[in-house]
Amino acid sequence: MRFLKRAWIWVDDVTGISAAMTPLLEHPVPKARKSAWLYVLGSATLVAFLIQIVTGIALASGYVASAGQAYDTLKFISGTDFGRIVRGMHAFGASAMIILIGLHAIRVYVMAAYKYPRQMNWLTGAALLMLTLLMAFTGQLLRWDQTGFWSVMIAAAQAGKTPIIGNWMGHFIMAGDTVGGATLSRFFAAHVFFIPALIFLFVGFHLYLVLHNGISEPPEAGRPVDPKTYRSWYRALLARDGEPFWPDAAWRDVVFAFLLVAAVVALAVIVGPPELGKPPDPTIVEASPRPEWYFLWYFAVLSLIPKWSEDWVIILGPALFIAALILIPLVASKGERSPFRRPWSFVIVAFIIFVIAYYGAVGKIAPWSPRMDASPLSVQVVGSSSGPVADGAKLFHDKGCEYCHLVSGYGGIRGPDLTYAGDTMTPAQMTTRIYSGGTNMPSYNGNLTPDQLSALLAFLSSRHRQPVLPIPENQ
Amino acid sequence: MSEPVAIQGCKETGRRRFLTRLSIILGSVSAAFVAIPSIGFLLGLRKSPRVWRTVGKLDDFKIGSTVNVSFEDTSPLPWSGVTAQTAAWLRRENDQQFIAFSTICTHLGCPVRWLADADLFMCPCHGGVFYGDGRVASGPPPKPLNQYPVRVYEGRVQILTSPAPIA
Repeated sequence: MRFLKRAWIWVDDVTGISAAMTPLLEHPVPKARKSAWLYVLGSATLVAFLIQIVTGIALASGYVASAGQAYDTLKFISGTDFGRIVRGMHAFGASAMIILIGLHAIRVYVMAAYKYPRQMNWLTGAALLMLTLLMAFTGQLLRWDQTGFWSVMIAAAQAGKTPIIGNWMGHFIMAGDTVGGATLSRFFAAHVFFIPALIFLFVGFHLYLVLHNGISEPPEAGRPVDPKTYRSWYRALLARDGEPFWPDAAWRDVVFAFLLVAAVVALAVIVGPPELGKPPDPTIVEASPRPEWYFLWYFAVLSLIPKWSEDWVIILGPALFIAALILIPLVASKGERSPFRRPWSFVIVAFIIFVIAYYGAVGKIAPWSPRMDASPLSVQVVGSSSGPVADGAKLFHDKGCEYCHLVSGYGGIRGPDLTYAGDTMTPAQMTTRIYSGGTNMPSYNGNLTPDQLSALLAFLSSRHRQPVLPIPENQ
Repeated sequence: MSEPVAIQGCKETGRRRFLTRLSIILGSVSAAFVAIPSIGFLLGLRKSPRVWRTVGKLDDFKIGSTVNVSFEDTSPLPWSGVTAQTAAWLRRENDQQFIAFSTICTHLGCPVRWLADADLFMCPCHGGVFYGDGRVASGPPPKPLNQYPVRVYEGRVQILTSPAPIA
């Protein structure tokens, strides 16, 4: 023990660590009182990032970034006891990092902590938010299962919609003419070296700015920020009512970080890592790629906006979001910070949370996607096992109607529910619809023989709210 | 931190300005030396030559039917594994004529499926539907399915490998 103490004294003497670090650790911060626990979100995001680094290094030691082998190496990793947990931690850690950086940004926005002199704190944070989303996209793709493969194809197709440079961007994403051997290595390098290096850089800059400008004090209505007097006022506040960051404020960060790590490990052990899909074989056309939860809302919004606006939203949507992040601290750099004097901030945050939650839930159901795995309707649903109604029910499945139309709870929900079609449409109206099609329904003109059409009409006309009871035989 | 040395006279100022500029220029040139080959490698995308790949014998395909065929990319990298393969929907129109459709939906790039009984292609992502000849039948796709060049050569059906249809 005495030896260790003497060793530390020697190290500290020749390095000057405690002389350099103590003032940083013990720098005064304003007392946050009631909102103190809201100040843990930034450090928690960093802790989530540290989880990602450690588990990511562990995963990289077993992963082979080869288009032909990555999928098998992930199976190998998942097959070991600790590999399964590490994969789970990396996946839940990613979700945690996205949630926490989002909540941190919301906290800073609602409290207007981005105002003078902390505009650059916000801008570096905005860069970190975008880099985190890039990590999320490139990371889920490294799973290199079927969804991973098609993610690249879809990303390239979306980038391809950009005017002039679109074609080049699409090929840049694929690293060539097609998604193949060169593609995965590029995403691996981006996910493991390039983007993390930028994150390190911006985290360093962000933390430096936090120390340089000081932690923002909780806002108070009627106390606007005036750039001329703010710094001297803030210094006086710290002198009057400050407390050392370590340990008076930092203990909350540590407690929250512990809960975060415990939650990530528990979820990884109990729930486990995300399932690997089918192999990344482009010749398996039975693929329905879906984004992870954090991009589901975007998938839903793109699916629900009018068709003409789609190409515009794909290009302008992300551009406008980035522009808004950059403009917020530049346009509103002074004045009231209290959210009660900036009530629209609640509205904007509520809107963002609503869009992500509601459209995320809608994206999970994906009502616009046909249910191509729908099996033929059962005899119980159809009501007969032979004759035109049964033939019509079989055609209803085989011609693809059932993929988009629901009957008694079976089938897709892209088109109208046809459970009671017999009550709402006459056979003539049905024929018109089947033959002419619509915006989202193909025309079956020339696709059905007269016998097939009459069977289909018989089936649809037999769909009633009140089942037509057979006449009892003894009457 | 020590105070910067006071500037003494014009000659010293000129010398310092020269040394500052020299350092900035040499630093920038060194950075460019390192960056140019690295970025050049990243931007130098692999252009695959286009070659005809045999997908089957002429007799393997029935007139009027559409089937899934797969073939290998041109010069796939040795580590490409299954991703070296490409799929197409091949339709035999008549004795000598074929159409080879790309499996990639023209909307956002998901793989379309052939519904043989319905004579339609359907995309599982947003429900885009194409007729058997590739025309848009309904849903969001902006244009017909892309086609690969296809030919009959010495009794074999061949498809010309092509870049993925982006935009």
